[in-house]
This record gives sequence, C-alpha cells and structure tokens, in this order.
Amino acid sequence: MDRRRPSGQERNYLILDKFIERYRGRPGGLVRILFKAQELFGYLSPEVQTYVAEKTGLPASHIYGVATFYSRFITEPPGKYSIGVCTGTACYVKNAQAVLDRFQAALGVKEGETTPDGMFSLRTTRCVGACSLAPVVTVNDDMVGEVTPDKVADVIRRCREAEAEEETERVPERRRPERDERAAPPGP
Amino acid sequence: MYRSAADLNATKERLRPVLEERLQEGQLGRPTQVLVCTGVGCISAGSQEVLAALKRAIKDHGLDVTVTHTGCHGYCKMGPLVVVYPGGVFYRHVTPDEVPRLVQQHLVGGEPVQDLLYREPGRNPVLFARDVPFFRKQKRIVLANAGLINPENIDEYVAHDGYAALARVLAEYSPEEVIDVVTRSGLRGRGGAGFLTGKKWAFARAAEAHPKYIVCNADEGDPGAFMDRAILEGDPHAVLEGMLIAGYAVGASEGWIYVRAEYPLAVRRLEIAVRQARQAGLLGKNILGSKFDFDIDLCLGAGAFVCGEETALLRSAMGERGEPRPRPPYPAEAGLYGKPTIINNVETLANIPLILRRGWEWFAGIGTERSKGTKIFSIAGQINNTGLIEVPMGTSMRTIVYDIGGGVPAGRRLKAVQTGGPSGGCVPADLLDVPIDYESLADLGTIMGSGGLIVLDETNCMVDITKFYLTFAGEESCGQCTPCRVGIHRMVEILERITSGRAQEEDLRELEDLAHDVRETSLCGLGQTAPNVVLSTLRYFRSEYLAHIRDRRCPAGVCKPLLH
Repeated sequence: MDRRRPSGQERNYLILDKFIERYRGRPGGLVRILFKAQELFGYLSPEVQTYVAEKTGLPASHIYGVATFYSRFITEPPGKYSIGVCTGTACYVKNAQAVLDRFQAALGVKEGETTPDGMFSLRTTRCVGACSLAPVVTVNDDMVGEVTPDKVADVIRRCREAEAEEETERVPERRRPERDERAAPPGP
Repeated sequence: MYRSAADLNATKERLRPVLEERLQEGQLGRPTQVLVCTGVGCISAGSQEVLAALKRAIKDHGLDVTVTHTGCHGYCKMGPLVVVYPGGVFYRHVTPDEVPRLVQQHLVGGEPVQDLLYREPGRNPVLFARDVPFFRKQKRIVLANAGLINPENIDEYVAHDGYAALARVLAEYSPEEVIDVVTRSGLRGRGGAGFLTGKKWAFARAAEAHPKYIVCNADEGDPGAFMDRAILEGDPHAVLEGMLIAGYAVGASEGWIYVRAEYPLAVRRLEIAVRQARQAGLLGKNILGSKFDFDIDLCLGAGAFVCGEETALLRSAMGERGEPRPRPPYPAEAGLYGKPTIINNVETLANIPLILRRGWEWFAGIGTERSKGTKIFSIAGQINNTGLIEVPMGTSMRTIVYDIGGGVPAGRRLKAVQTGGPSGGCVPADLLDVPIDYESLADLGTIMGSGGLIVLDETNCMVDITKFYLTFAGEESCGQCTPCRVGIHRMVEILERITSGRAQEEDLRELEDLAHDVRETSLCGLGQTAPNVVLSTLRYFRSEYLAHIRDRRCPAGVCKPLLH
C-alpha cells in the first residue's frame, strides 16, 4: 500500500475549499473556516493556516493571530484520543487537579503534551457546562462525568479497548495518515 | 408555514391536548406519553440509549404511547431522567436495563416502579416531579419549557404559546410601545451588569444610523454557569422569539447569535430552530403577514472568556481576535459594522416573550423592589443537589443552598458561596439570609453575574480559590492593557507566595493595593472585575490569609507546601 496516497488529503482540501467559498468574506466566517479546517485535519498546522490565508486572501499573520487567540484552536497535532480535564470552577473545587495529576502519571505526559505513540493527548479545558457532574473529563467529543482519580485508569482502558477493536477491524486502506501527511497541502 | 396568528392558533389547538396532559401533574392515569431528558448531563449518563430502548420496547409491546425527548430539567445529578404522563411520574437514574421493567410494569400494567422514583434518605418515594423537594421551591417560568417540550420541534413550542407574543406585538404594538412594556417590567440584563433592558433598547431605537443589529450573547464563559446552555438546548425558540421582538422594537432586520463552540449540542439545536423558523416563515420576509423582516445567523465563539465582554464579542463575531475596546461609544450606538447594535444575553432574551405575553405588571410583581422577575442559578461545588434552578429574585441564599440544594454533603460545614464567577466574590456562611438581588450582592462585595453559584465548604481553602480565579483571569486577559496583563500576574505571584508559605504580612497590603489599582485602571470588565475575588476574600476571610502567612498553615488542608 502506498502510505503517502493523498486521496483522503485532497478530499479534505476540496471540502475545505467549498467551505471557504461559502464563508469567505462573511463576518465571523474565518472562525467557522478554522473550525472546519481543524475538524478535517485534526489541528491547524502552519501549512493549513497558510492555505486558508491564500484562499481567503487574508494575511497569514491574521490567520495565526486568530488561531492562537482562542483556546479551542490547536496548532499542534493531537493524539488520537484527546483527553480534556475540565478545570472550570465546579470541577476545580471537586479536585480536578488530582484527576489531572493522575492522568499525567498514568500517561507519562504533561498537560498539553501527546504520548510518543500519538495515541493520547492531555489538556485542560475551560468549563464545559456540565458542572453537576464534576469533575468532568472529555474524550474527543464524549463527556465522562464524576471522574475521580480512581476512575482515570478506567477512562484510559476504555480508549485502549476501542483502539484494539478498531485494530482488528482495520483494513490497510483505512490506516490513519501519518502526521506530516495530514498536515501537507495537496500536491500540484 | 405560519402566515398569521390564526395559523399559530390552529397548531396550538391541534397540539393543545398533548401539552395540557404534560401540564397537569399529580393524577395517575393510563400512560400515554413518556418524556426523556436529553440535556448534556442526562446524555452523558446514557439517556440516548434509554430513549432508544424505550422506543423499541414500546413498539414491541404495540403500545399507544409516544416518546419525546426534551431539554434539561436541571436536576442533572439524577440523570438519566424519564417522566411519564399523565401525572408527571418522575423516574431518575434510569438505565437501558431498567427500561423493560418500566415499560412492563408502568406503561402496560399502570403500576409505577417504586425503586426508580426519587427518594430522600429514610422517607417514602416521591411519585410526581412537582413534589420533589428540588423542584418544589422553584419558580420555573423561563425554564418552563425545558424538560417539557421537544426543543427540536417548533410546533411544540407554538403549542405552548410560542410566538404568540411576537404575533401580538406585530399586530397590536408600535415599537415604542414594546420598549415601554419592557422598560416598565423592570427587566435587567441577566449577563452580569444588570442594565435595564428597555433602556438599552431605547438607546438603539433612538440612534439614527441604519441598519441596526440584534446580537444574542450566548458565550457563556463564566466557569460554573450553564443556564444559557440549558435554555439554548431546551427552549431555543424562546431566544429566537426574544430576538425577533427586540428586532421589531429597535428597528433591526438582522440578528446574530454568538454561541460558544464548547456547547456543540446547543449549536445544533439552535441551527435546527433557525431552520425550522425559516421554513415556518417566522424568520425571513413579511413575518406573520406584517411588513417586518428579520433573519438570524449563528457565529461560533472559539473559547475566550473575554469575548463575554460586549466590545470583544463584536470583534470576535467579525472573525478577529476578541480584544475589547474602550466604551463609549457603546454598541447601542456603534456596534457591528459601526452600526447601532443591541447585545442581550440568552436568559434576558428568553424573558422577553413572557413579558409581552403576560404583561409587564405580572413580571414586575415577581422579585424585589429593584430586581424583577426570576433568576436562574446553577448550583455546583460542595452541595448535594447540583443543578440548575430558577427562583424569584429576592430568594435567600439559604433557601437555595439548603431547601433546594439539599445542603453540603457528608455533614461538612458550609464556608461560603461564590457568585459571579471570575468577576464576582464570596458570600460568607453567616450572610446566607440576605435576599439575593443585584443591589444586595453588590453591597456584599460581589455581583449577580450570570448566576453561577459555587458552594464552598471547610475543605476548600479561600486563598487557593482566589488564586484559581485570578490565574484564570490572567490566562484569559487579552493583553492589551498593562494593569490587567501585568497586574493580575503580580497578584497571582503574591498568592503563590502565600500558599507556599513564603509570604510576609506586607504582601497582603501590596495585594490589596494592586487589586484596587487593577480594578480602577483596566480597560474592560475583565480587568476591572478580576480583583473582586481578592477584595472579597480579604474582607471576609482575612484570618485564613493570616494563618497562611503567620502560622505557615492552611486551615483547610489544601495548600500542599503548608501541610506538615
């Protein structure tokens, strides 16, 4: 199998093109475009930012300024399972720090980092508004409530199980793209 | 398609029996409707699976029972929640495994399942939602539809008097009359500052520039507050109707909802609501046969607390870095594209249809002398019944914490209630009887804010909490002005010294001086209010600071370097 086969990548850029076409020039459009780009590519790499700049006609510095102002945009590649520990007040007073510490110990990475195998990234999030279920942890788009430090291992185990399941089903074509490949702009 | 008030009435007549049944609680009968909460709390507890299991089981049994999903009841701790009508039988912690029994025993057999009902320790189970203590002392008017109607079905909103206020306004009121009603009602902004809504509208109405804009501030950035999310997810059309009425009143034909991306479900439900309203002709041209045109678009916030500040929000909505600018000019004179712009918060807008439908006298009859209506609070932290509640203005903190919130867990001692998030301060335990309104909270050195209440007990260190809030404010500072950018960090450094046992008593004076300086000289609300928590905790909990400094001791046992 050719691992650098760019078809998925090209498709992503085509989708982004359409999106940019729709939102370019509209007030607030840039934020929407960047969200879409992040959804498609996993994060906002310098290449993707430059691409958006070219297509929207905005200076790359402006794109960078916006991308780095907001906490929801990430400019580093995330792990396949992005774990977010909510550090809103309700979670904080319910000892979210201990939850974060446990994750750091269990995964061997610090907040803001990704495990060397690219599987997990760990970050803190702003309040996700599920204060009744504090402390709250998000795993990609899913929310897990009442995560005490003792439940941390459980959260990680479930990700690993999902991964193992996927591994057995996976066909070579569906292999996850390498990071540099995901970030690369389409070929000429 | 709703072309006139008569069309709205027709839907209302058609669906009224279904709604009536949900409104009459306390009388058991042959089950005909099951409502499943699909607020974020219940979803994360598995309510989607419960919903699917219920639909399956009801189909398998061939029952004539409808299953509807609703927004949040506010009692997220008890999720997933299921309510059976007639009667309003309130089931909590329902898992998919329990569904067959619930269907067999209650829906088929007519016998409520006792062990799935709410029960206080040592008491009998409570059958109906209205009798659950958490709900009994509330006055849910803004949240009335959340948990009652399907938020993804515009007809259910219409059936429960939705868009009736708009229809009346378009047919009978001049814009000035609308503003007059809103002003007389005494409604004040629910986002924090408590400015009179009618007065704000009057400014924008009087402005000569055109076009004008209505912006809904749904960037609920205050950590610990989630009332706006519950409204957006549970009753999105109420917000749209509020914006439509605001648009008519000030002469705007375009509205924007600035909603934070942390709330994907709210975004989705808003998108559905806007689409349905457009299809129904309630957004667009010649609404309800009038000459009034109005449409609404969504913009996404991307995670920046400062964007709750209105001038920062406007910049962010235009796709830029959300950096605030000095006021005046206020957005009511110069907002989006430099044109007059009204920025109202979600809860404020959701009050508007109620006021126009039920009259300003009704609204002004609720609350205190200067704070009218109800307020939604989210209660979280060290409290048994965490959740979302709505009470009349003037309710005491004690009622909220003990009667509704069920008190502090494990018999621990309550220390303080933090209000207003990173812009607010603390109310100490011995002042819990003060009736809550904008003025009384200001007198106590804190603010109403958006309504987040964080309950703190003896296991929470007030210095540590102060450091937490200030660190947050420092990280969220946009960096434009020096007092906020540098001043807050200097204060955090002092607090670091205190919590690690390296501080001297002079540090307290410096902290206090800095707090005043930052408050008085910062550019926007973020910096101006960030020191509140310092001043408030110094006012009520100075002894706790001194214990850290003089005795190198953390009374709550939180600050690790001081644990011996």
